[in-house]
Amino acid sequence: MTRGSRFRNFAIGSPMVWIAVFVVVPYLIVVLFSFLTRNPEGIVTWILTLENYRELFSPVFLKVCMNSLVLALGTTVLTLLLAYPFAFILTRIDENIRRFLLVLMIIPFWTSSLIRTYALIILFKANGLLNTFLLSMGLISEPLSILYTETAVFIGLVYTLLPFMILPLYASLLKLDRRLMEAARDLGATSRHVFFHIVLPLTLPGIIAGSTMVFLPALGLFYIPDLLGGARSMLIGNFIKNQFLTTGNWPLGSAASVMLTLLMVMLLIWFFISTRRVHSGDMEAVR
Amino acid sequence: MKKLFQSAYLGFIFLFLYIPIIVLVIYSFNSSRFSTNWQGFTLDWYRVLFSDGPLMEAFANSLIIALVSSTIATVLGTLGAFAFCRYRFLGRRIMYSFVYILMMSPDIVMGISLLMFFITIGLSVGAVTLLLAHVTFCLPFVIVTVYARISGFDRHIIDVAKDLGASELQMFRHVMLPMLMPAIIAGWLLSFTLSLDDVIVSFFTTGPSFEILPLKIYSMVRLGIKPEINALSAVMFLVSLLTVTIAHFFFAKENK
Repeated sequence: MTRGSRFRNFAIGSPMVWIAVFVVVPYLIVVLFSFLTRNPEGIVTWILTLENYRELFSPVFLKVCMNSLVLALGTTVLTLLLAYPFAFILTRIDENIRRFLLVLMIIPFWTSSLIRTYALIILFKANGLLNTFLLSMGLISEPLSILYTETAVFIGLVYTLLPFMILPLYASLLKLDRRLMEAARDLGATSRHVFFHIVLPLTLPGIIAGSTMVFLPALGLFYIPDLLGGARSMLIGNFIKNQFLTTGNWPLGSAASVMLTLLMVMLLIWFFISTRRVHSGDMEAVR
Repeated sequence: MKKLFQSAYLGFIFLFLYIPIIVLVIYSFNSSRFSTNWQGFTLDWYRVLFSDGPLMEAFANSLIIALVSSTIATVLGTLGAFAFCRYRFLGRRIMYSFVYILMMSPDIVMGISLLMFFITIGLSVGAVTLLLAHVTFCLPFVIVTVYARISGFDRHIIDVAKDLGASELQMFRHVMLPMLMPAIIAGWLLSFTLSLDDVIVSFFTTGPSFEILPLKIYSMVRLGIKPEINALSAVMFLVSLLTVTIAHFFFAKENK
């Protein structure tokens, strides 16, 4: 064996074995467990069943699921609406200021979301700054109780995940060829036309990437409702966590995880298809 | 008018992102324990923080895990990115899609899959399992960062090195590594912060025998607000701030 091929095997082998052992095998275990039976004593037995998936569609779980999906979708839409104009303006700013603003924008992205969630608690408390401010301005007559409501969870998700929407959008808007917009305008297109027929389709990969990076965590970030929402609002993440820590129903928790993974895979496939369409210069996409 | 509106919008979003953090930092110096009113400047909470033994131990544990896991992930990830780019091997495409799945997959799914894996192979949760888990979730970020830089290269450089008689290892060490260094450092820094900040995966992959800072903060916050957590959060924010600044410094140097 030559030195070259030994290095080759090492370079391929070590990361691939790691991924196989710590990613592929654990995922397979989850899939396997999602088909196993849990008997009334709570012990998991080797009887294959679809019961866990059926249970996921039972009214109780479906309610949690819908609640979580609506919350995640709302978070995605609001972050997208907030982030898109922001990223767009940022790409058109003078180079020197932009470099500084970019750093300013990346800092929250790199800051622990737990700490950022905690910061919101301080702001939202009954005697917190927000209420003190609103009271002193005379905008409200008694303190708002935001904390421990679904609204707090929603604001918490938007606040924590906004940077994850801004960055992919910014990257995608930066790549946008300005000449296409100018050309369209020269040919008589209105601003609205330029936006909906050129800018939006060409930045679709960024929109999908950002949405995926917001939507999936918004389903799973169990500590945000834990800290901001009391016990009332539950995410799919809280449900899965409870199956493992409180109820001990591994098969059901596994089945929910499999569904969550499938959702992610579908979003990823959508992302790759849209990226390919834009990059291959498929004008159908732009039209 | 349009410019003014645009600046106002940028300002609004930045305020939204920063006000909670800034308030938190200011409160960490407030001498009042319960009230929101400002009652004078103090460093007491920092003193309480740094004399809290278990908390400092959790902080040290977090730092050790972050340093070791990001280093292992960077070595493996750099090799992986190189392998994906340079070699054709069985399962290459499947493995590369797994890298993406791993990067995007919800933390909770990774957490429970690793928990079930560790229990299945009979490894009790603690420092070792936590380290393995952290390397695993950092790995794809290093691979993708380094891979992006390799794909920007002129492939002929590799051929030139080979033509001049370099072995694969020599080519990797003397040609690829120096050129990839900015991306490798960026990958390491990203891994370091990811590891230091992670809550969800760690929640499932460590036990009471090995406590780390984010989990400690999580359990403390659930019990209520304490001024020393404000101080701790301010310190953690400072760490992120420094990391981003260092990372930015490397990127700026690279772009010159």
